[in-house]
Amino acid sequence: MIGYIIRRIGQAIIVILGVTVIVFILRHLLPGSVARAILGPKATPLAIAVFNRQNGLNNPLPLQYVAFLNQLIHGNLGFSFKQNMSVDAIVIHDLPNDTLLVGVSLVLALLIAIPVGVMQAVRRNRVADYAATGIAFILYSMPSYLLGLLLIAFFAVNLRLLPAEAPQASTITGVLADPVALVLPIATLTLVTCALFSRYMRSSAIENLAQDYIRTARAKGLRQGAILYRHLLRNSLIPVATLVGISMPGILTFGLIIEQLFNFQGIGLAYFNAAVNGDYPVVFGVTVLVAALTVIGNLLADLAYAVLDPRVRYD
Amino acid sequence: MTDQPGVDANAMSAGPLTASADAAADKAAWDSPGTLPEGGEAIRHEVGWRMILRAFAENKLALAGLVLVVLVALFCFVGPLFWHTDQVDTNLLLTNKAPNGHHPLGTDDLGYDVLGRLMAGGQSSLEVGLAVAVVATFIGVVYGVISGFFGGFADAVLMRFVDIILAIPVVYLFIDLASEFKPTLLLLILVLSLLSWLGPARLVRGETLSLRVREYVEAVRTMGGRSGRIIFRHLVPNTVGTIAVNATFQVADAILTLAVLSYFGFSLPPPTATWGGMLENGVNFLYDGYWWEIYPAGLMIVLTVVAFNFIGDGLRDSLDVRLQRR
Repeated sequence: MIGYIIRRIGQAIIVILGVTVIVFILRHLLPGSVARAILGPKATPLAIAVFNRQNGLNNPLPLQYVAFLNQLIHGNLGFSFKQNMSVDAIVIHDLPNDTLLVGVSLVLALLIAIPVGVMQAVRRNRVADYAATGIAFILYSMPSYLLGLLLIAFFAVNLRLLPAEAPQASTITGVLADPVALVLPIATLTLVTCALFSRYMRSSAIENLAQDYIRTARAKGLRQGAILYRHLLRNSLIPVATLVGISMPGILTFGLIIEQLFNFQGIGLAYFNAAVNGDYPVVFGVTVLVAALTVIGNLLADLAYAVLDPRVRYD
Repeated sequence: MTDQPGVDANAMSAGPLTASADAAADKAAWDSPGTLPEGGEAIRHEVGWRMILRAFAENKLALAGLVLVVLVALFCFVGPLFWHTDQVDTNLLLTNKAPNGHHPLGTDDLGYDVLGRLMAGGQSSLEVGLAVAVVATFIGVVYGVISGFFGGFADAVLMRFVDIILAIPVVYLFIDLASEFKPTLLLLILVLSLLSWLGPARLVRGETLSLRVREYVEAVRTMGGRSGRIIFRHLVPNTVGTIAVNATFQVADAILTLAVLSYFGFSLPPPTATWGGMLENGVNFLYDGYWWEIYPAGLMIVLTVVAFNFIGDGLRDSLDVRLQRR
C-alpha cells in the first residue's frame, strides 16, 4: 500500500514535470517574440536586445527551462505585462468565484446523479429509467454552451425570470450579493456535470445490486428502503471519489465555456480574455495550474479509493 | 485513471473473462490451420466486421442510431442535389428573413439560406468527425498495442506521455490558437486527431495487457511467431470490439469538440459552413427572436451526436465491451 502511494506520487510528479516541458516548448513555438509583445511595435532593435538580455531570453533553451521551472516551484506562475499584474494575483483574485461556481455545481450534480443512478438501477428498464437515460443522453450530446443558450433563451429572454448574465461584481462578496444571477450559470454547469456522472452512477449501482451482500440483505428480510440506503447507496458512493477525479478536466473545460457564456468573473474568463488578447503569461500560467490541479485531483482520487475500499489490494 | 488498482479489472471481468478466453483459444486454433480440430468443420467464432454487423442486427438502439446517421448523411450530401443554394456569395438584400416559401428555414445575417447552410455545415462536420475517428483510432491502436505488448519501461514511458497530454487542458489552448490563425480542413482533422488518440491508446493498451498473457499468444511464440505477427494477427483482431465501440464515440466527440471550437472561433474560415459556426453566429440574434438562425443548427448537432452515441452504446452492449470511459 505504501509502495503504491509512493509510486503513484512519483508518477504524478513526472507528469507535472512533463506538462511544464510541453508548455515551455509551446511558448517558444508560438509566433511573436515576448519582447515585441511587451515593448510594443515601435520598440527599437536595441531596446529589444536589451530586454532579451535582461530577461535571460538569449540563454540556451535548457537554461531558460530551468529558470522557468525554478519560478514555478517558488509559486510564481508568471507576470502579465498587459495587465501589469502577476498571474498569481489574477488567479488568487478569481479563485473564490471559481470555487463557488464549480463547488456548488459539483455538489448539486452529485446530489442529483447519485439518487437518480440508484433509482435507475432499481427500476431498470422501466419508464423512469428510460426517461432519465434519455435526458442524460441528450445533455451529454449537447455542446455545453448550447444548453446554456437554451436556458438563457427560455428563462431570461422569453420568461424574463432570471438575468442572462452572471453577477458582474468581481469580488466574491459582490457575487454572493446577487444570488439570482448565479442561478443560470450554476444550473448549466450542474446539468452538464450530472450528465457526465449519471451514466456511470447507473452502471455502478446495477453492478452493486448484483452483489452477494444485497442478496444476503434481502434474505435477512431487510426492507427495500434499508437495503437501498444502508447497502446500495453507501457502496455506490465509493467510486464517486474516482469519478470526480477523472471528470475534473471535463468539468473545468465546461466551467471555462460557461464563464465565457455568462460573463462570470472567474479564472476561465480571465484565461479566455488573455488568450484573445495574446496575454501569454496568463495563458501558460493558468494552463500549468489547471494541468497540475488535474493531476493532483486524479492522485487524490486514486488514494481515496485505496483508503475507502478495503477490498482493493496493491502489490 | 493511471494504473487503477487491479480490483476492478478482475472483479468486473470475472464472468465474461472465461468465455472470451475460450473464444480466443478457438480463434487461435483457426488462425493456424495446422492446429484445426479433427473432423474438419470448426465452429468459427465471429470476429471483426461480421461480429459488428451482427451486433447491429441484434441491437435496436444501435440500429436506430445507424438509421439516424444515414438520414443525416443523406440530408447533408444528397440534399444539396435537390435543394440548390448559394453558400458562397452573400446576399445583403436577403438578410435575416423569417422562414417562408422560398427559404423554409429563413436566411441568416449574410443572406445565406439556412436550410442549404445546414446541409453544407453538416458535410464539414461529418467529414471532420469521421476522419478524426479513423486517424485517432489508428494512432491510438498502434500506440496502445505497442505499449501494452512490450510493457515494462517502454510502457511506463509511453503511458506517462499520454498522462501528460491528457492533463493539459487542450480546449483552452485552442482558444489561444484561434486568435493566431484559421485552420484548413486537413489541418483541423490532424489537430483534432492528435488530441483524440489518447483514449483509444489507453483502452487498447489495457486490453493488450490482459491478452498478451493468454495461452494462444504463448503458443504463437513457442511456434516461433515474431512480435509483429502476435501484435497484428492476434492482439489487434481481438480488441476489435473495443476499437469499434470507441471509434463510434470518437466521431460523436469530434463533432462536439468541433462545435465547441467553432464557438470559440477556431474553425474553418468563411464561407465554409459548420454547424458550430452557424450556432455561434446565431447567438448574436438571441434577443432579436431569429430562432431559425440558432435552433436548427443546434438540433442537427444534438441529433448527430446522439445518433453516434446510440451506435456506440448499442455496440458496447452487444459486444460486451467494457470501456473505462462511460
